[in-house]
Amino acid sequence: MNMKLAFGMGVGAVLLFGSAVQAKDWKSVVIGMEGAYEPYNLTDPSGKIVGFEPDLVMDLCGRAKLECKIIAQDWDGMIPGLQAGKFDVIMDGMSITDERKKAIDFSKPYAQVPAAFAAAKASPLAKLPDPGKVYNFNKDPKAADAALQALRTAMKGKTLGVQVSTTHATFADKHLKDVATIKEYKTTDERDLDLKSGRIDAVLDDQTAVASMLSKDDAKDLTFVGPAFNGGDFGVGVGMGLRKADSDLTAKFNTALAAAFADGSVKKYSLKWFKIDTTP
Amino acid sequence: MDLPFIVDTFYRLMGALPVTLSVWALSVSIGGLLAMGLTWMRVSGSKPLEAFARGYIFVFRGAPLLIQLFVIYYGLSSFAFVRASIFWPFLRDAYSCAVLSLALCTAAYSSEIFRGALAAVPHGQVEAAKACGMSRLTLFRRIIFPIALRQALPAYSTEVISMTKATALVSLVTLWDMMSVALKIRNDTLVTYTPLLVAGAIYFVLNFLIARAFMAFEYYLSAHQRRRLV
Amino acid sequence: MSFADVIAQLGFGERGWGLALLEGALMTLLVSIAGLLIGAALGSLVAWSKLSGNIISAAVGNAYAAIFRGVPELLVVYFVYFGSSALLTGLGNLIGIEGFVGVPPFAAGALAVGIVSGAYQAEVYRGAYLAIARGELEAAKSVGMARLLMFRRIIAPQVLRFAIPGLGNLWQVALKDSSLISVTGLAELMRVSQVAAGSTRQPFVFYLAGGALYLLLTTLSNRVFDKAEARATRGLRRAAS
Repeated sequence: MNMKLAFGMGVGAVLLFGSAVQAKDWKSVVIGMEGAYEPYNLTDPSGKIVGFEPDLVMDLCGRAKLECKIIAQDWDGMIPGLQAGKFDVIMDGMSITDERKKAIDFSKPYAQVPAAFAAAKASPLAKLPDPGKVYNFNKDPKAADAALQALRTAMKGKTLGVQVSTTHATFADKHLKDVATIKEYKTTDERDLDLKSGRIDAVLDDQTAVASMLSKDDAKDLTFVGPAFNGGDFGVGVGMGLRKADSDLTAKFNTALAAAFADGSVKKYSLKWFKIDTTP
Repeated sequence: MDLPFIVDTFYRLMGALPVTLSVWALSVSIGGLLAMGLTWMRVSGSKPLEAFARGYIFVFRGAPLLIQLFVIYYGLSSFAFVRASIFWPFLRDAYSCAVLSLALCTAAYSSEIFRGALAAVPHGQVEAAKACGMSRLTLFRRIIFPIALRQALPAYSTEVISMTKATALVSLVTLWDMMSVALKIRNDTLVTYTPLLVAGAIYFVLNFLIARAFMAFEYYLSAHQRRRLV
Repeated sequence: MSFADVIAQLGFGERGWGLALLEGALMTLLVSIAGLLIGAALGSLVAWSKLSGNIISAAVGNAYAAIFRGVPELLVVYFVYFGSSALLTGLGNLIGIEGFVGVPPFAAGALAVGIVSGAYQAEVYRGAYLAIARGELEAAKSVGMARLLMFRRIIAPQVLRFAIPGLGNLWQVALKDSSLISVTGLAELMRVSQVAAGSTRQPFVFYLAGGALYLLLTTLSNRVFDKAEARATRGLRRAAS
């Protein structure tokens, strides 16, 4: 009994002291992504996660001298997973909003993408003027509100599809719920399938994600419709999500990001995956 | 133990209970009818009908319900000819797809239960009925059906309870049932356990009531097997 | 999408998801086996508690069985998945391990399947135990067999033999319940079908392919269990077969 007790205490001591030493010395970092949010990130047949964000994060990790691993995580478990410690960083086209800032911290934004609508070319929504014109709720609230009102009139009685727990879902819930039916989906793939089969009349998502969806063969009957929005409920850009306690890691990534912006790497990845420059 | 939160969660979940219950009731009834048809095919003696029934039961019992749901909801809608057919208004709606899929699945399981119950009808009684010239319809109505019904109840009650649990899956095809509400509360408030526990409690009470109802029905039907009081 | 394209996507080439699907099927098999074993452990515990005559342990066993037969399996999967890591991390923090103690999705999934399966396996084992001839147990006691020996040589083999039909059924249930683990992100067959369907936008093809693989697993399992039952009940006279 004495030997066992001593051994147990020894193990406990090692764990206590061992863990104290490894506390905040970031050597390896785990990144959480959906792997299903093209073109931010997607899964290829071999199971590897590729896309704008994998390219960018590997670049940043190289600059910050960190060993980074990407794991797949469903969108609706992102923030809980981060809080629980499953991974250390969320990088999944997540917009920086005040609501989310209550729970987690964000890096500086690495992309600025407005939210846009898509619908069938034959849909009455396609008749809305200036499809894809960007209105900013923060910079020009009057014009944005006017565009929103026009949108509300057009959306009367229609069904809009969004992904759960996104800024798009929040926006739809706040401004369109009383005129249209809002359907929430776990993944964007399922929502897009329903758009193509006509179950829903329109979808709302990041412009780059919508563009990627529209570029595929089976979306030839779909197009951008209505105004695009920035600011307000949609946040101030896309950033990496981190736990509040890990401010040193956030600082590391911000430094790396600044360097990546400076030498044009972010723009390079953006052009490669989004075909447009999304640097904020 | 945030009581106001628990109460609020409870009310929100109860708001979605009608969806769960209606999906369950419809799929059980439609599935039950389909099952009777399947069982009839299975014991009909006609080779092609039997083969069809056996194949149907094999497929719908062997594949997970989740895949069946997805094939019907997402798979069928991806075909242009389906969207152009007369069935589209029906298949377009997530609710109908869910009920259809659940009904098809329970039909397979229930059919096997009914078949077992039929086989448990004592052959002597059937012979006696035929011997005194009962018509086939009367034979079914007065001998086979009542006995088979009583025999089927224990296994069928398990199947019906499985169906209430299966309705939780419709949350994965965009229906707002109790499961969807519980998960949304969790996503919005980041409180992990409470919504799931409350939802679990509601499902548990529901299944408890169903089990009791079946037991009461069995008791009523087996009066002749109990000792008489006089 | 032409037919040739579809075949290419299902196949093993560069764009082919065939290998991923097969790996998913293997993962399904592994997690179901793990779940069944966990269920066997839990089920035998509960069966023993009910048979022992001890009121408290019987009540606990009954409560466990009643609860996990009465709540949806999907809910159990979510609960175990969300909760197990939190629980372990909490425990880890108590003994001084800082940071996250992860429960991998495989373990969480197998545990969830096992917990539900155990509730049903308890009845199978209880029924199997009661089917053992009382005479054999009496004889063993009367020759003074130690309880452990009696368990090893008389009870366990016979319980296993009588339990095989029920277990075969519950194995099929476990296989199908494992599809629910897809919500945790584990790359088992359902999940791979979903990812492939989303990536290729061919839901019908891939969900059907996934379903076909499940049917294959079911058929092969049935063969295995039929053989096991034939082997276990050789020389045994039974009322029905």
